[in-house]
Amino acid sequence: MSLTSNATLETFQERIDQGEYIEPKDVFPDEYRKHLIRQMSQHAHSEVIGMQPEGNWITRAPSLRAKQILLAKIQDEGGHGLYLYSAAETLGISRSEMINQLQTGKAKYSSIFNYPTLNWADIGAIGWLVDGAAIVNQVSLQRTSYGPYSRAMVRICKEESFHQRQGYEIMTKMMRGTNEQQKMAQDAMNRWWWPSLMMFGPHDSNSPNSGNAFKWKIKRESNDVLRQKFIDKTIPQALLIGLTIPDKDYKLNEKTGHYEIGKINWEEFNNVINGNGPCNKQRINHHIKYHNEGAWVREAALAYSKKQK
Amino acid sequence: MSTNNNQLEVWEVFIQSKSGLPHIHVGSVHASDIKMAMQNARDIYTRRGEGTSIWVVPTLSISASNPLDNEMLFDPSNDKIYRMPTFYVMPEGAQNI
Repeated sequence: MSLTSNATLETFQERIDQGEYIEPKDVFPDEYRKHLIRQMSQHAHSEVIGMQPEGNWITRAPSLRAKQILLAKIQDEGGHGLYLYSAAETLGISRSEMINQLQTGKAKYSSIFNYPTLNWADIGAIGWLVDGAAIVNQVSLQRTSYGPYSRAMVRICKEESFHQRQGYEIMTKMMRGTNEQQKMAQDAMNRWWWPSLMMFGPHDSNSPNSGNAFKWKIKRESNDVLRQKFIDKTIPQALLIGLTIPDKDYKLNEKTGHYEIGKINWEEFNNVINGNGPCNKQRINHHIKYHNEGAWVREAALAYSKKQK
Repeated sequence: MSTNNNQLEVWEVFIQSKSGLPHIHVGSVHASDIKMAMQNARDIYTRRGEGTSIWVVPTLSISASNPLDNEMLFDPSNDKIYRMPTFYVMPEGAQNI
């Protein structure tokens, strides 16, 4: 329910400040609802669109074991999308509206999924780096102030760790393999490292949506804080299996104990967000095509359920 | 277009994680009938042995209390502290009570 008189706004903020969770029937400002719908639907769309780059390798997985794992992982991503759509629907937006916003470009999804998966090591890099970055963000979101979103995040975090570990296992195996396999793994690292760092969004000094998100505890930690956590966790994992960090300026700051990195190419980030990445059109066209081709299934299901009544 | 955008009915899903424990709400699914709702709930919410039992209920069949009525609904119980065991004074030395 959304009301915006000053008194209700104050009560809402007091509840947030006391660390209470907000539930669907509570009174909250319309802006809170809008912010959540934008963030949660974008999150759901990312999970669903994220199935495409990985789906590209199902038929070419190098073993039956690898294929089973990849199928299970992609099924999880679809499941995560559905948890999040379900949570977003508690705010009064319908599933069809959200899908429509995705297909017309009104709603965004994570720009990382607009990059192609060129070799098998890309599946390793996606699990290890892309899901690794997502986990850092999602762990923090488990404490987000909107109850249904928080509960969906708890569920998702339980499942993500399998994704990251299977990705790192692929990278490790390839780094222990032939020269050619090592080259493929490094090539994947070189292409996915920077886009993974960009997943956390713009620097704090340049993050337009953060003000209210912090005040309302939708967001609990800043883009740069989360990015640094990911960098500090991931660089030692890369070095352990012999991968090179594709950044000539990265170094460990002995005083702070944190890794410092070179400049992120934000021009590329904005370019991909604005629709000019390598696969933007392909991803949306694919979604529309299969959504339309599935229409007869929904029709048949409805006709059957009417007949039963 | 209208059929294409039909998202089917929404059902709420409750899972019992172990026999003896209560069914807990986990989220919702879309389905045209109860059989599909059950199948979707199974696929979406129990991929890792999370459950021993599933309930699905049409969302429209659930009535929820309004948070604005919370005072009226729940405050009176705070006035009746004699419902709490700690309200009663036991004699010194009394055991197992």
